[in-house]
Amino acid sequence: MKLQKVLFKLIVPIIAVMLGLLIGGIIMLSSGYDPVLAYTALFNGIFSDSYFIGETVRQMTPLILSGIAVAFAFRTGLFNIGVEGQLLVGWLASVYVGIAVEGLPAFIHVPLAILAGAVAGAIWGFVPGLLKARFRVHEVITTIMLNYVALHVTNSIIRAYLLAPGERTESIQPSASLASPFLQEITNFSRMHYGFIVALLAAALMWYILWKTTAGYELRAVGFNEHASNYAGINVSKNIILSMCISGGFAGVAGAMQGLGTYQYMTINAAFTGVGFDGIAVALLGGNGAIGIVLAALLFGGLKIGALNMQAVAKVPPELITIVIALIIFFVASSYLVHWLRNRINKRGKI
Amino acid sequence: MDYVIEMRNIRKEFPGIVANDNVTLQVEKGEIHALLGENGAGKSTLMNVLFGLYQPEKGEIYVRGEKAEITDPNIANKLGIGMVHQHFMLVENFTVTENIILGQEPIRKGQVDIKKAAKRVEEISSQYGLRVDPYAKIQDITVGMQQRVEILKTLYRGADILIFDEPTAVLTPQEIKELIQILNRLIAEGKSIILITHKLKEIMEVCHRCTVIRRGEGIGTVKVADTNRDELASMMVGREVSFTTEKGLAQPQQSVLEIDNLTVKDSRGISAVNELNLTVRAGEIIGIAGVDGNGQTELIEAITGLRKVSDGTIQLNGKNITNHKPRKVTESGVGHIPQDRHKHGLVLDFSIGENMVLQTYYQQPFSKFKQLKSNKIFNKAKELIDQFDVRTPSVHTEARALSGGNQQKAIIAREVDRSPDLLIAAQPTRGLDVGAIEFIHTKLIEERDANKAVLLVSFELEEVMNVSDRIAVIYEGKIVDIVDPKEISEQELGLLMAGSKQQRTGEM
Repeated sequence: MKLQKVLFKLIVPIIAVMLGLLIGGIIMLSSGYDPVLAYTALFNGIFSDSYFIGETVRQMTPLILSGIAVAFAFRTGLFNIGVEGQLLVGWLASVYVGIAVEGLPAFIHVPLAILAGAVAGAIWGFVPGLLKARFRVHEVITTIMLNYVALHVTNSIIRAYLLAPGERTESIQPSASLASPFLQEITNFSRMHYGFIVALLAAALMWYILWKTTAGYELRAVGFNEHASNYAGINVSKNIILSMCISGGFAGVAGAMQGLGTYQYMTINAAFTGVGFDGIAVALLGGNGAIGIVLAALLFGGLKIGALNMQAVAKVPPELITIVIALIIFFVASSYLVHWLRNRINKRGKI
Repeated sequence: MDYVIEMRNIRKEFPGIVANDNVTLQVEKGEIHALLGENGAGKSTLMNVLFGLYQPEKGEIYVRGEKAEITDPNIANKLGIGMVHQHFMLVENFTVTENIILGQEPIRKGQVDIKKAAKRVEEISSQYGLRVDPYAKIQDITVGMQQRVEILKTLYRGADILIFDEPTAVLTPQEIKELIQILNRLIAEGKSIILITHKLKEIMEVCHRCTVIRRGEGIGTVKVADTNRDELASMMVGREVSFTTEKGLAQPQQSVLEIDNLTVKDSRGISAVNELNLTVRAGEIIGIAGVDGNGQTELIEAITGLRKVSDGTIQLNGKNITNHKPRKVTESGVGHIPQDRHKHGLVLDFSIGENMVLQTYYQQPFSKFKQLKSNKIFNKAKELIDQFDVRTPSVHTEARALSGGNQQKAIIAREVDRSPDLLIAAQPTRGLDVGAIEFIHTKLIEERDANKAVLLVSFELEEVMNVSDRIAVIYEGKIVDIVDPKEISEQELGLLMAGSKQQRTGEM
């Protein structure tokens, strides 16, 4: 019974991935590329070298966190479209702490810098939470708008106070870095860093908060039914704000992973990083569950890294993988269609 | 004998349950045929089979003597079967006419000929006595009027077999009277009607014959003229049902709830409760009788902390609880069975187990150091489910999946189990069948006998008369009289509720 349930949950994403790859192949054929060659290159580009595996893990780390940020809000009845902005402020805050604070040992400096990212993201989530709780302003509008505010505010802060040659901040102190010579060495000098441990811990934390604590019970109750929550004496406004803060906090940590792990600094961003928006897709594909999100982030990370090899070997533009990802999302979103087809077939079979 | 509809030995299964088994329904031309059963007995499933929404596993359907394969609702429509759903399927910001013609619009020069359509709607509505304004928007008309639009929709499509799914559930008493006239008019014009209901009074009033389903099984068909309410009830529930609730004399003790000079404003800022005074004592049930909208909802919300009190005081066991937060009120000993169980009573997406601790999840033993103790929660839920006979596949089932009666039992289990000094029950039996009603009334009386104070609010006179020890009549936000149910008739009570005493004292 339990196994059946798990399989049932898996079936929609698996079918969606297969359909996405299949139609991606058809598009390649019609544009004159060889899909077999391309997919072989894609596969090799993920698994053939420990370097690619390391890069995949690096790519997946912030995706897990942004996916969790989206899913956490979603589980409590909110659409946090502002993960991108929360990620940017989290990135800047963690990098700032990484640069400005000196003389700390790594076991204090690293958590402190991550915490700074989380707090900054939480503050960026607090604003739409407050507006929703107090004035019923829809969080989709405010979070989208705050993405732009975050993008330009972080850029201008870097320009005004933290600018180093190369349109970026200085690098962080080694004591704040998540980078690991050991991990780099065993993955053939990829940029893999310790951040994936943080991401996995965060996934476990989301699950724990939502399902194992009274706070999670309240958050979910408010998300499902504000009236009944109010009836049960749960403070609805407080929980809306709290949910946006926690969600923003996860997003901020995603930014910290970029700052303390992958890059060691923050650049001036001409456009959004996209990691925050990808989080929406990851959460959707992962069914808003902790394990699902980790798997979905792994898939997306792998596809993105593998796409580079696909371009090198099969000359297929990496944009095609973006199309495949889009198709996967499309098929997950239309899982309704899959259910409908399944029912239809069952019905036929029985008559 | 030819039947317009004949469903023979229908069986319909869903994964894990048999929703219909061996059900036979035979409807004669020109009759109103009742389909009676408890909540969740399988009435709607059977009608969905007839309407082509489900395919039966076994059994045959004959329409006007001919075997029919109804595989989707369009075929049902073509066969002249129309359905008036309990939850209306109307476009709120379309007009009456636009809603009726939707999908079958008369076209002229590539445009919808709305005038012609409106004329046709008027013709049909005058033929059947269905008063509507063809140009009114759905959002601006009453629920009773919306239902007429639904009926017109089926007639416009040429239906002559009409299925009504719980048509009176959403109507006021006045609208119910009008609906009954409409039903009689329809059969006078040669239509046949299937009426899905669990209200025995309606069946006795309008129906000719009645088919009973119990837990998915066809129990049989009876002529309404040859039967009575008690017999129908026992066919439906499967045992004897008493309509008058058995109870001993009340032994009121000290006062538990004291409301003094209470004024509460409604959402528009108008005083809905107006300098109201009321005392409820331990060991008695006070029934609040009144027409809907006379301040009952606001009064309960004020006591339970869900609405702000503008003036006056509320005391519980001598302690002031005026304007306390809902949780504080609950903790000081108030249980509340809310009027709208879907809106306030349950988190429908939570499991039934999680719903059982909605008021206590943060207390020991259900949580410790802010961590939920799932074992304790689900054990408690299992205990309550057994004790209150909540029928659910498991404690992990979503509350949404339960029938209305079982949802209500779950709420009552949760509220009564905390053994509050004051139990407020607002419309506790709305939409429930006789079996569940009897159960809930018994529980309220048990609470009284356990020396608790019970405040019952109901719009159903019969319920107030049956269960209460004293009746407080509410009119325009004031308690205008307190009467003994044994010394007053329904008519007299009805007059009081309509404000007759108010006028009398006003004249003096």
